[in-house]
Amino acid sequence: MNRNLLRFLAGRVVGMVLVLFATSFVVFSAVHLAPGDPVTFLMRGRPITPESRAVLTAQYHLDQPFLKQYFLWLGDVLSGDFGRSVQFHQDISTMITDKLPTTLFLVVYAMVIIAVLGLALGILSALRPGLIDKIVLVWTGMAVAIPSYIAAIVLLSIFSVKLGWFPIYGAGEGFSDMLWHLTLPAFALALMFAGLLARVTRASMLDELSREHVEVARARGVPEGQVIRKHVLRNALGPIVTVVGTMVASMLVATSIVETAFSVQGVGSLLIKSVTAKDFPVVQAVTLLVVAVFMIANLIVDLLQPLIDPRVALGGDQK
Amino acid sequence: MTAAAPPLVQGGTPESPRMRRGAPARIRALAANGPLFTVAVVVLVLLVLTAIFAPLLAPYDPEQINLKNSLAGSSPNHWLGTDQSGRDTFSRLLYGARTGLLGPLLVVGVSTLLGIVMGVVAAWRGGWVDSLLSRSMDMLFAFPAMLLAMLCVAVYGAGLTAPVIAMMVAYTPYVGRFVRSVARQEQSRPYIEAYKVQGWSAWSICTKHLIPNIVPTVFAQAAISFGYALIELAGLSYLGFGVQEPTADWGVMVNAGQSPLVKDVMLPAFAPATAIVIAVVAFGIVGEGLADRVAKRER
Repeated sequence: MNRNLLRFLAGRVVGMVLVLFATSFVVFSAVHLAPGDPVTFLMRGRPITPESRAVLTAQYHLDQPFLKQYFLWLGDVLSGDFGRSVQFHQDISTMITDKLPTTLFLVVYAMVIIAVLGLALGILSALRPGLIDKIVLVWTGMAVAIPSYIAAIVLLSIFSVKLGWFPIYGAGEGFSDMLWHLTLPAFALALMFAGLLARVTRASMLDELSREHVEVARARGVPEGQVIRKHVLRNALGPIVTVVGTMVASMLVATSIVETAFSVQGVGSLLIKSVTAKDFPVVQAVTLLVVAVFMIANLIVDLLQPLIDPRVALGGDQK
Repeated sequence: MTAAAPPLVQGGTPESPRMRRGAPARIRALAANGPLFTVAVVVLVLLVLTAIFAPLLAPYDPEQINLKNSLAGSSPNHWLGTDQSGRDTFSRLLYGARTGLLGPLLVVGVSTLLGIVMGVVAAWRGGWVDSLLSRSMDMLFAFPAMLLAMLCVAVYGAGLTAPVIAMMVAYTPYVGRFVRSVARQEQSRPYIEAYKVQGWSAWSICTKHLIPNIVPTVFAQAAISFGYALIELAGLSYLGFGVQEPTADWGVMVNAGQSPLVKDVMLPAFAPATAIVIAVVAFGIVGEGLADRVAKRER
C-alpha cells in the first residue's frame, strides 16, 4: 500500500468515526429530549416499579452527569450491551441476533436481484439506443416511483393470492424454504433500487462511451466486446459502486417496511414494532445498527474505489 | 456551460438573465414541453383541485362506517367499492389527496426555504456554513429521512407532526447542497461581478438577482423531491406512524386494504396505491421537464 492510499483511507475512517459519534449522540440524547423525565419516558404507559426504575437507571447511567451518561452508554453499546427491551424484558442483543439471519438473507437476496437486474438493464439500455433504451427508461422511471410497500401489495396480490405461487406471509425455515418465502419480499425490496441502479449504470456508461479513449480503442481495432468490458464498463464502475454505497441506508429502512408488509420476523419489523410499542431501547439499538451497517458498507465502497480507479488513491481526479 | 454576458444597458444597471413573460406565453411554453409533460401538469392541477374541493366532490362522508356494506365491489353507488368498514373508497381517495399533498407541501416548502438560505450563504461566504452543510450531509446519508422520522415518532408519538418535522430536517441539507452548487455556478457569471463593481451590497445582489435566477432550477428539483416526500410520508402512514385511522389518507388506506387483499378484494388497497404512483410519476415528469427547460434556457 502506498502512502497516498493510506492517507485517503485514514481520512475516510476519521470522517466515519465523527459521523458515528454524532449519530450515536443524537440517538442517545433523544431520551433526554423527550418530554418528562427519562424513566417515565422510557416506561410510557407501563407501570413503573422500583425495580424497573433501578434497571433503567443502571442501563442509561441516569445517576451520572449527562456527558458521562453518554460515554458510559456508548461504552456499553460498543461492547454489545444494548440493555433490555422494556416491552419484552429480554436482552436486546439476543433479540437482534435471533432475527438477524432472516433479515440478512432477505437483504442479500434483494442485493443479488438489484445487481443483476440493475446492471443488466443499465448496460443494455446504454448499448442499445432506440426501443430497448426507451422501454428500460420508462420501466426504471416507473420503478423509482413505486415504493416498496406498493410493490409488496402488488406482488402479494398477483403471485400469492391470484396465482398461489408464493406464501402470503412468514420467512420459512431452511434454505430452500426461506428462498421460496422471501422471493416476493426480496423483489418488493429490490424493484425501486434496481431501477435506480439501472439509471445510474446507463448514465455512467453513456458518459464513458462518449469519451475519446473509447474512440481511440475502437480505431485501433480493439474488438467491440473488449472495448465495452475493459474500457467502458471498467471506467463506469466508480459511480455505480458509489451509488450502491449510498443506497444501503435507505435500503435498510425499506427492509423494515417490506418485512412488515409480508409479516417476516426480522430486524426491520422489530424496529417497526418497537416504534409502535414505544419500546425505545430497541429503537435505539436498531437505529444504531442501521447507521453502523451503512458505515461498514461505505468503508467497503471506499476500499474498492482505489482498486477500481487508482487515481482516487493518488488524490487526483476524484470524480 | 458558457453563458453569454448579459447586455449592459448604457449607463444603467445590467439586466439579469431572468425572463419576464406574461401568463399566456408561460402556459404555451409549458405545453411545448411535450404531451407527457402537459398530461402531468393537468394531473397535478386536478390533484390540487381534488384536495381543495374534496368535501364538494365526495359522494359520501369518508369516515361513515356501514358494516352491512363491507367490501362491496364497484357499483354505480360506490364507484370504487367500499373498504372493510363499509366506507366509500372513492370518497376516501378524494379526501386522501388532502393529507397526501399537505405533508409533502410542508416538508418540501420549509426545507426548500431553509435550503436556499443555507446553500446561498454557503456558496457566498464559504467557511463554517459550508463545512456544517457537508458534515450534516455526511450524517444524513447514514440517517435516512424515514429512520429519523421513526426515531421522532418513537420519542414524540405518532401523527403527522413528528414525521413532517423530522423530514423537514432531513431534506434541508439535500436542498442546501443542491442550491450551493447552483449558486456557485450563477455566482461566477459576469453580471454578478458587474453589480459588485457598481457597489451593490451582497444582500441586494443575492435577494434581487442571484436567488430569483436560481429559483427555477431549485423549483424543478423541489417538484421531484415532492414525489419522494409523498412516498415517504405515505409509507410512514402505512406503517401507522403518520396519519391515523379513521382519517382518510392514501398510506393509511393501503394498510387497511391489505387484509381484504388476501381475500382477493383488490380495490381498497389498489385504489390508493395507484393514486400514490400517479401523483409521484406526475411530480417526477413535471420536475424533470422544468429542469430540462431551465437547462435549455441557460444554453
